[in-house]
Amino acid sequence: MSNVPNDLRYTKSHEWVRAASDGSIEVGISDHAQSSLGDLVFVEVPEVGRVLRAGEACAVVESVKAASDVYSPVNGRVTASNAALATQPELLNHEPYTGGWLFRLQPDAPLEGGALMSPADYTKYLAEEA
Amino acid sequence: MGLKTALYDTHVEQGAKIVDFGGWDMPLHYGSQIEEHHAVRRDAGMFDVSHMGVVDVRGVRVREFLQNLLANDVGRLRTPGKALYSCMLLPSGGVIDDLIVYFLSDTWFRLVVNAGTRNKDLLWIRRHAAAFGVTVLEHHDLAMIAVQGPNAREKTLAVLPGALRPAASDLKPFFGVALESWFIARTGYTGEDGFEVTLPAGAAAATWTALAAHGVQPAGLGARDTLRLEAGMNLYGNDMDEDHHPLESGLAWTVAFLPKEREFIGRQALEGLRDGGLELVGLVLEDRGVLRSHQKILPSGEVTSGTFSPTLNRSIALARVPRTGLSRVHVEIRGKPHAASIVKPPFVRHGKALISL
Repeated sequence: MSNVPNDLRYTKSHEWVRAASDGSIEVGISDHAQSSLGDLVFVEVPEVGRVLRAGEACAVVESVKAASDVYSPVNGRVTASNAALATQPELLNHEPYTGGWLFRLQPDAPLEGGALMSPADYTKYLAEEA
Repeated sequence: MGLKTALYDTHVEQGAKIVDFGGWDMPLHYGSQIEEHHAVRRDAGMFDVSHMGVVDVRGVRVREFLQNLLANDVGRLRTPGKALYSCMLLPSGGVIDDLIVYFLSDTWFRLVVNAGTRNKDLLWIRRHAAAFGVTVLEHHDLAMIAVQGPNAREKTLAVLPGALRPAASDLKPFFGVALESWFIARTGYTGEDGFEVTLPAGAAAATWTALAAHGVQPAGLGARDTLRLEAGMNLYGNDMDEDHHPLESGLAWTVAFLPKEREFIGRQALEGLRDGGLELVGLVLEDRGVLRSHQKILPSGEVTSGTFSPTLNRSIALARVPRTGLSRVHVEIRGKPHAASIVKPPFVRHGKALISL
């Protein structure tokens, strides 16, 4: 069973979203995603200042076998990206929800529930996909 | 639902992630492909390669038959047990398959062929065998375990049936020995020492479990691919196929043009291509990123196999490029050019990097 923390929201493309008190969000890939990809060996994160549209491919995570795009969950501007992943891509495997975060965004509009899944819905989604 | 080897249930019990490979349900990894890779380079790992085809060819004229069928010359095999790597070619020079042939006696050779090509191989072999009065027997009751790494032989010898141990222990590199229904060969696809053990399917699970108890790490197709690529070994379907001949696939060394009078299938076509335009080279990516098959090379060419090399901590590849003598090219990754240096494979042998980074 993959780990689905209760304090996050999720996308159908297996990103997780953590809302901060200042209105910004942090984005990464779920435990299910890292486990499906296998050992990650290369990560490309978006540049700070880049403006993203919801659903836009903005990061790349590569395992030994395949490259996968990571999509922005919302419209917004990148405020930070995780530089540690350049030398330690394995953080995505070992700590997908903490040390393996990919980037932070300032969303154009306050985050609403609609487009993102609750932990319960994501768990159900994983079960249906399997 | 694909075909399953005798070890399928064992793989599932050991937590393997199963994927389709040439119609077979095979383990991709058992948790971490990179750890499995390092286990083979540093200690010992084992692969289920039971999906490969084991084909015995027998007859008074079997040597003559194989001298016609294969691009390498089995005439070179004079000591029983000796193995030879060869391509089997179409008249056009395209590669039907690459295989290992063992000389077992004057009337008996054994071929080990790829899983994905075994059916077309058998049709081709049978079609040509008839004229030489050679019988062709494909085994369906065998399993094959490749145990590879610096400690692989020692750990394998510890679990082999006692009667097989002395002969297995005496094997020189690239030799095999048949004993009852077992066949032990000092060969592999990783660039490390080790054995490929062919054994009755019914004995496979117990042998695998005994090897695991002796500290041999189960390893999947993922690690098998990174290991063979580091070792500069071709993969059929990626680095050569029916549309590409051996001389543009890094396999000129496996084509025996001498003796001149030996007629083998594909010879005529290859004679006209000996100074041909393309070659297979090794690439090391200078930037971060991962080379993948089918990426475009600038000014010209294509990556045929690419991966991340766990030993070198860099991305490496085999690529088909024009023979221009360049030492550096660019590879297009997601629309952007990335510099890569051209090197001569292998990249890694016996645990050591052979290229300077």
